[in-house]
Amino acid sequence: MPRLHASAGFGALLALLLIIGFGAWRYDGFISEYNILTVLRYNSMFALVGLGMCFVIMTGGIDLSVGSVAALSSVVAAYLSPYGLIPGLLGGLAAGVAAGTINGFIISKMKILPFIATLATMLAASGVALLLSNQQSVPASYDTNFMALGQGDFALYAPDWVNGEDAGFFGAVIRIFLGFPIPAWIALFAYLLGSLILNRTAFGRHVLAVGGGEEASRLMGLPTDRTIFLVYVMSGLLAGMAGVILAAQFGAGQPIEGIGWELFAIASVVVGGTLLTGGKGSVGATLVGTLLLGILFTVLNFENGMGWISLSAYWQSVLRGGFLFVVVILQSRLTRSTAAA
Amino acid sequence: MSSTTQNAPSPVPGSVGSPPRGGIASLLSRRHIGTIAALIALLIFNFIFTPHFATMQTLSVNLTQVCVIVIVGVGMTMVIATGGIDLSVGSIMAIAGAFAPQIFQGMLFPVPNLYVGIALAIVMSITIAGFFGLFNGWLVSSFRVQPIIATLILYIAGRGIAQVWTNGDLQVFKVPEFQQIAIGRVFGVPFQVWIMLALVLIAAWALQRTVFGRQVLAVGGNEQAARLAGIPVRRVKRLVYVISGVCSGIAGLIVIAMNSAADANLIGMGIELDVIAAVAVGGTLLSGGRATIIGTLLGALIIQLVRYTLLANGVPDAAALVVKAGLIVLAVWLQRQDRA
Repeated sequence: MPRLHASAGFGALLALLLIIGFGAWRYDGFISEYNILTVLRYNSMFALVGLGMCFVIMTGGIDLSVGSVAALSSVVAAYLSPYGLIPGLLGGLAAGVAAGTINGFIISKMKILPFIATLATMLAASGVALLLSNQQSVPASYDTNFMALGQGDFALYAPDWVNGEDAGFFGAVIRIFLGFPIPAWIALFAYLLGSLILNRTAFGRHVLAVGGGEEASRLMGLPTDRTIFLVYVMSGLLAGMAGVILAAQFGAGQPIEGIGWELFAIASVVVGGTLLTGGKGSVGATLVGTLLLGILFTVLNFENGMGWISLSAYWQSVLRGGFLFVVVILQSRLTRSTAAA
Repeated sequence: MSSTTQNAPSPVPGSVGSPPRGGIASLLSRRHIGTIAALIALLIFNFIFTPHFATMQTLSVNLTQVCVIVIVGVGMTMVIATGGIDLSVGSIMAIAGAFAPQIFQGMLFPVPNLYVGIALAIVMSITIAGFFGLFNGWLVSSFRVQPIIATLILYIAGRGIAQVWTNGDLQVFKVPEFQQIAIGRVFGVPFQVWIMLALVLIAAWALQRTVFGRQVLAVGGNEQAARLAGIPVRRVKRLVYVISGVCSGIAGLIVIAMNSAADANLIGMGIELDVIAAVAVGGTLLSGGRATIIGTLLGALIIQLVRYTLLANGVPDAAALVVKAGLIVLAVWLQRQDRA
């Protein structure tokens, strides 16, 4: 069985490399510093939301509220941004944790199905975001360094020689490394931590055990309810972080952003080969899934830019659905052939 | 479970084929008492506090608002009864709504006269919607894709198809003959309300009194047992998604007839939440096996009335969202207490 998600994750990685290769071959500027950093900066939000979704799905649940929770957090963070980076960050995270706690409570204590519970919090978070913001976007402050969370990097700290003419390959590596967007650092750190938690802690093993069989884990004496509660809090926290980055990246709290994020996150998790029935999954593969979907859209945008075909936003949603269809069919085949073997 | 014997799925094939008898009155069971009590409480509150509540206009406004949700809810209740879910209803509405005007305006192929065009438009759009439902059912039954993911595909792609087809443009039309299906009145009641009532009664009857209905509940109650009892599980599942698609198609036509315009970007946007909420508040078990169409009608009325009450008393729509969320959680939680 371990070969299953390894092979699905490997398939996603292969597809990612193929797409990057295709883009590099077909489009000028695809592998440019600018494009790479833009893709990383933008997709770090989805990567964070996808990581939370990955843990939730591994327990056999689902979190539909992530998009509107991120929107709510972005509004809270934008309101607090005039007081500085830390208050804005903490406020946004607190909003996310609050929503996640409510999800966790409703699901683990009131025993309500995850999809209906998180559907309700999706409505509620969106309602609260609209009420707080008076249905308008909330400008974030440019006077504090809050915006660094979305737009910043460490390029300022680069030694002079790496920007010079004769910096060479080593210099370019350092330059890209320091030019790595802060949101991408945050996402990377979150994934490393997530991977450690899943593979090296008791909590991680409980997550997989609960997803494999809730009743069985309960009978084995595992803290089932606490595990389920915690994954939703975690998903809320990560959605909150994504919301903070959203506010900082676009310079405003966006009460109506985040629509469809949950679908994107679910799709990345599925593409990464994590089983939707729970019990199996990989944090790294989810990151690959997010990047795969993100770069797929970059490719579509480049294709548009070349003017050969005109892919309207409408076509993109058809293609997104079609892509999800292919992945779901493949996953269903994979699962069945492994089950039969 | 013993308190719900009336609709409890039975794994024994013999009893599946012999549903209980009774008149229309017995479609309402004591299970609905809580829902009806909530509805009456809301009505009384409004009669006392909301100005101009007891008017024909208020009734008409509320009924037309609730119609589309209930019609989609009929299909959704069937799907949820098998333990599934259909997120794609809004997108399928958009597809049906985008195709119909092009057909009766003779843009796709020449139609001999308007009436034939309208008839073709209605039949063809609903058929197309049914086929999209079949796609969902095929994924769920043949590939065993989880319903929430299977219908997510059309939730994303379906609206895109409607938008690509119409180029995202608003199609305005002025065809009163077609618009009768929404705004025409019979005995002073809008025609769409009659459509809704007819669908509700047929579906409630089918769910409780036909073999198919018992099979739907049996599949939702315990799929394994249903399969062992010889119920064609896959066919039942496919069929409920087709029904949901057809209901969404009808709802899509009503929406465009009401607006005398089809906007693929907006038809049925976000309706899946309202519909699932109505089904949950109405007392249908979201894990499947127990379902009530009448409950869905009552649930939709309650949600609409709550929203109307809040709006009429000056509470913003955004706050109504929060209230709706609380209502869903409360309703599902009460269901659980009832079962325990």
